Amino acid sequence: MDLSSINPILLIASIMISATPILLAAIGEMVVEKAGVLNLGVEGMMITGAVVGFATAVSTGSPALGFMAAALAAAVLSLSFGILTQILLSNQVATGLGLTLVGLGLSALIGKPYEGMKTPTMAKLDIPILGDIPVLGRMLFSHDPMVYVSLFLVLAVWAVLKYTRAGLILRAVGESHDAAHALGYKVIRIRMMAIFFGGACAGLGGAYLSLVRVPQWTEGMTAGSGWIALAIVVFASWRAERVLIGAYLFGGVTVLQLNLQAAGVKVPVEILSMSPYLITILVLVIISARGAHGAPASLGRPFHASS
Amino acid sequence: MNRRTLLSTAAASIVGSTLASSAFAAAHGGTVKVGFIFVGPIGDGGWTFEHNRARLALEEKFGDKVETVYQESVPEGADAERAITQMALSGCNLIFTTSFGYMDPTINVAAKFPDVKFEHATGFKRADNVGVYSARFYEGRAIQGHIAGKMTKTNKIGYIASFPIPEVIRGINSAYIHAKKANPDVEFSVIWAYTWFDPAKESDAARALIENGADVILQHTDSTAPQAAAQEAGNVITFGQASDMSEYAPMPRVSSIIDNWTPYYIDRVQAVMDGTWQSDDTWNGIGTGMVGIGEISSAVPEDVKAEALALKDSIGSGAYHPFTGPLNKQDGSVWLAEGETAPDGDLLGLSFYVEGLTGDIPN
Repeated sequence: MDLSSINPILLIASIMISATPILLAAIGEMVVEKAGVLNLGVEGMMITGAVVGFATAVSTGSPALGFMAAALAAAVLSLSFGILTQILLSNQVATGLGLTLVGLGLSALIGKPYEGMKTPTMAKLDIPILGDIPVLGRMLFSHDPMVYVSLFLVLAVWAVLKYTRAGLILRAVGESHDAAHALGYKVIRIRMMAIFFGGACAGLGGAYLSLVRVPQWTEGMTAGSGWIALAIVVFASWRAERVLIGAYLFGGVTVLQLNLQAAGVKVPVEILSMSPYLITILVLVIISARGAHGAPASLGRPFHASS
Repeated sequence: MNRRTLLSTAAASIVGSTLASSAFAAAHGGTVKVGFIFVGPIGDGGWTFEHNRARLALEEKFGDKVETVYQESVPEGADAERAITQMALSGCNLIFTTSFGYMDPTINVAAKFPDVKFEHATGFKRADNVGVYSARFYEGRAIQGHIAGKMTKTNKIGYIASFPIPEVIRGINSAYIHAKKANPDVEFSVIWAYTWFDPAKESDAARALIENGADVILQHTDSTAPQAAAQEAGNVITFGQASDMSEYAPMPRVSSIIDNWTPYYIDRVQAVMDGTWQSDDTWNGIGTGMVGIGEISSAVPEDVKAEALALKDSIGSGAYHPFTGPLNKQDGSVWLAEGETAPDGDLLGLSFYVEGLTGDIPN
């Protein structure tokens, strides 16, 4: 056993990188669910973002443009989900699953010419004073900008939901769309905006995989991270700060167990690998037992103004 | 026509057409429908990519006489049984299930469809209508191990393993034995990723190994993600896995193991057409070309390249076996005596590390 070969500075830095894609996707999905919509298509939107972001970055040479295109493409894709479920009142679960399948197929098609290509990666930020702090600088303040964007998004979502009128309206729509409607709020329009935001976030998460974390395009490369993002929202009981904890916990355990193995520490790999899932189940059991699970009351229920 | 006769006619015609189609294929050597179950997407750039390439070669070779269908990203385990059953029901005459984890599902489905022929890759369970085939990847691993041992400067070699099954363990042992021969100071760190295909996780695993000091990364997972991670790190070399992965040459990818399934698949489909197909056990290596060694890139010094090629030739001709004694097991007990080579039976069920490797194989 030789723990000394694990460098805690690099370890924490790796955890932050590893957690960012699921954090981005999860915070977006949380907003969608807060508005009362269950979009199971996160995986499909992520992978669409991954391929569009990669393709754009390769052809323009700019990862920043890639991220923007990824957010836009995934958001537009999510609008198709929005139109189907909000206006045509299709079943949200089935439509969400369909969105995942569409996203996987579409991305494979778009991505065919980009297999094996290399992308310009995003330069690490060189934050003047903070980056020079001995240990903390390398650990926390020398990442690519998207890591900070994701953290900022969590903060923004938290603040908006908690302190602003817009956040209150969004939550009202998610808790009781009939009451919100009676008060004159445009339920469908608000939900469409939430879906659009969720799509954009999932797209960013996907693009982070293909442009920074891996960085390359491979078919099916999200390999289930969208589903993990969905689980994290439940784990977090629909609260932004807990989404952050959940995502870093998932990312942390994944990276930590790989590092422990690389260092030759004798750990039961299987148990470590499944621990995030075990913890999620445990949290679910606890919040169910307490009765207050914090799910928006109208989650997944269709709304029609006439009903 | 009343309802009952309508129903029975319909049933009779369905049964009739099924019988007719299978009888036609068998009797006339007509269209043979070949199914493929893949563990990853066909665009993974590695394992599944090569199986799919062989599938396309079948279509090219046989033209109208063969029809192929495939299903990608089929999870290993219970769901595989459903996918294979569906393929058998859809009228396939021959089904290739191309990952170790499909072994039991294949055997189960085959018992229900005695007229359909099955070929399972890398497994060891057979039946009258289930043949197994695999390639001696460990022969290629020996060459990788030699290059790795010669090229490493930190004397640390990282190995991204997938699942603790004999095929993967053979690869680790073979690479280690030959790296150790080339450089007595090498150490291996093995990461069990518990996946065949997950680019993000493979990339994280490669990074973890590199951060722990490894400057050679060997992988037994299917995507090119570790190659990208090595490229980013700079002075780290890798080897293409299952496919050439030449887009990462000359650095970090310095050579590769290429699985060439095409001749085997053509052979087996031809056997079905001729009605001569029989369940058998095929395990070919460098000698027959089932295991190819990708071009050794310019990043490798000339003398190392020459040694590697000589090793390849001696394995290919059968003059040298990568598992030749004296070899001890990890616990120090004797496995192979001086000059003794490992029998295939030992290799097929290999479940231990050779002496010198550290760490435990998970159960």
